[in-house]
Amino acid sequence: MINKIVDSAAEAVAGIFDGATVMISGFGEAGSPVELIHALVDQGAKNLTVVSNNAGSGHVGLAALIENRQVSKIICSFPRTTISVVFPEIYRRGEIELELVPQGTLAERIRAGGAGIPAFYTPASVNTPLAEGKEVRSFNGRDYVLEHAIKADFSLVKCHTTDKFGNLVYNKTARNFGPVMCMAAKTTIVQARRIVELGEIDPECVVTPGIFVHRVVEVSNPADESKLVAEERRYPWT
Amino acid sequence: MDITTQKVGWSSSEMAQNVARDIYDGAYVNLGIGMPEMVAGFIPEGREVIYHTENGLLGMGAVAAPGTEDPELVNAGKKYVTAIPGAAYFHHADSFAMIRGGHIDICVLGAYQVSAEGDLANWSTGNAEDIPAVGGAMDLVAGVPSVFVITKHCTKSGEAKIVKECSYPLTGKKVVSRIYTDLAIIDVLNEKLFVRELAPGVTFEALQQQTGAELHLTQQTKTHGEKK
Repeated sequence: MINKIVDSAAEAVAGIFDGATVMISGFGEAGSPVELIHALVDQGAKNLTVVSNNAGSGHVGLAALIENRQVSKIICSFPRTTISVVFPEIYRRGEIELELVPQGTLAERIRAGGAGIPAFYTPASVNTPLAEGKEVRSFNGRDYVLEHAIKADFSLVKCHTTDKFGNLVYNKTARNFGPVMCMAAKTTIVQARRIVELGEIDPECVVTPGIFVHRVVEVSNPADESKLVAEERRYPWT
Repeated sequence: MDITTQKVGWSSSEMAQNVARDIYDGAYVNLGIGMPEMVAGFIPEGREVIYHTENGLLGMGAVAAPGTEDPELVNAGKKYVTAIPGAAYFHHADSFAMIRGGHIDICVLGAYQVSAEGDLANWSTGNAEDIPAVGGAMDLVAGVPSVFVITKHCTKSGEAKIVKECSYPLTGKKVVSRIYTDLAIIDVLNEKLFVRELAPGVTFEALQQQTGAELHLTQQTKTHGEKK
């Protein structure tokens, strides 16, 4: 019988190993699976490569994972935010590797990873420093740069509603990287506000079909990251 | 003695108004973070414009009123916004398919520098101690047919931002269509800069002095009553 529901965030992140590549959904706080990230801080896997659009705010969520020195490399499009304190400090000390990727290229590399496409050509970043060292090829008189797919060992994703098959529905702009990250990982771990009975989600409205999802955990009242940052909270909670 | 002080140049809101005037009815538009966001407030009556924000919303509405902010409804600048009736949410790969696939009609971006050929530099100062961050700018300039730049004509220290060649790292090459500054509106056409409109109190000669690349005047250049 298929049942992807696990009882706790700790159980959900079990098995994430040292050196794993971990995708983390979210665009800033919107869609960031804060409880799963905190469970990963508790779990302690090290030397992770994280793929995420940003690099965390304050001292919670992704920033806490970086501050806890579990991340050796981050692949992202925009590591700078107004309240980003942890990443800049560790980056300037040369203690975290940054691979900067244009946002659309990042999304497409992840999508390609999940879709069985090893690489693709894109017009974004041609003639810029971010295309240096990459193959450029002309199609119909225009130059495109070759970009490779990204696959992950694990994806940590936040959604709104799921069921025991792992069908997902998101909430507003918290959807962002969730659907493509679900596709691109060997093990996709999802936190949802609600887990409903099979059939309660209209099949026409499923955004991520359960085939892309392996574990779901209900976090009915997820933390509001910006609130935690404003209150200067730190994880592990002090 | 002439004691009237003539106004020189456009204010930020007038610059935004100038951009808004050129956004046509029915356009799908992506507005960058900062000054470009102001443009939405000045779309002339009777035009329906759909705003795209690359984090997954078509039909972005106004900034959320205090007390109604939803942390899961934000724009590309991570500000709390609203969605209009008829809006749609989608994931990031679809969002950039809209951008790269040429479906967005116009984007409005800020700039560190623009070159005479329309090269844009707006993502990195090239300083080693600055954290580099690119976001969606490179995808936007690669995929959107009309790239409008809104920027002060010169930097705070008075250096030209419109230059022969960008010294900052590029966002894209030959991508800018039109530049809206506090002193002029300039078209980039066939790798040359044509002045479309001069701001009040600005002469072509004065504009050229504050520009690091050659400007061209045309028969159609609009002026605002400066003495020739």
